[in-house]
Amino acid sequence: MARQPASRDQRATVVYGMLGFVLIVVVLQLWLLTATMNAFLGGDDGVVTPAAIVSIVCLALNVGLLRYLHRLER
Amino acid sequence: MADETITTPPDRSPADQQPAWREDFPIDWPQDQYVERRDFMKFLVLTSGALAVGQLWIAGQNWLRKARGLPPRRRIASLADLPVGGSLVFQYPEELDNCVLVRVAARDVVAYSQKCTHLSCAVIPRPDQGVLHCPCHEGLFDLRSGSPIAGPPSRPLPRILVEIRGEDIYAIGIEIRTI
Repeated sequence: MARQPASRDQRATVVYGMLGFVLIVVVLQLWLLTATMNAFLGGDDGVVTPAAIVSIVCLALNVGLLRYLHRLER
Repeated sequence: MADETITTPPDRSPADQQPAWREDFPIDWPQDQYVERRDFMKFLVLTSGALAVGQLWIAGQNWLRKARGLPPRRRIASLADLPVGGSLVFQYPEELDNCVLVRVAARDVVAYSQKCTHLSCAVIPRPDQGVLHCPCHEGLFDLRSGSPIAGPPSRPLPRILVEIRGEDIYAIGIEIRTI
């Protein structure tokens, strides 16, 4: 059975949900960047690599959501 | 999907209750809002990418700092050049890295990077008050420990490790601290 394309209201609901999620993730990344910079300037290099990995994962998550939204519009 | 072609006014009231000009300039507000949110999400993803690049930049700088290794040992002054309570500026480990050396007792000296940890202004030693003063934003650091005691700085000054051998004072390393 072919999948019905999402209606406009459905897409609007999805984009609002995604927007909220992406906003939270970006705020988390911003906090992570400031905390990592503070630690780096203080000579604490133990957090630098894990923080970079977490930030890349957050970016991948956000890009994945954006790609999903584009798929939804087709 | 026929409803997607209907022009919907912002208050979603029937067409006969809308002003006449809306027929000439129809705007589909729900669709407009959808596109706005989608574009905002694109912008947020771009911001997320910029933040991730920033993290990678810090990781790169950290790698470079490790690759540089320990700073060299260098003679910076003689005890004879520095009276008790006196101070002098020297460069360590590079030529542009100004540091300040203070003689606090006959055989006791302390040295710190001269860059304030707030916005990199040059700190001025005040041995008589037991502090290092940053004139830009009235920051104060404890002379004995380099810890911030007043003003906006939140991190201590990087401490230059010093060693006294005979009458000579040597810088032997840098200790960067968060607390």
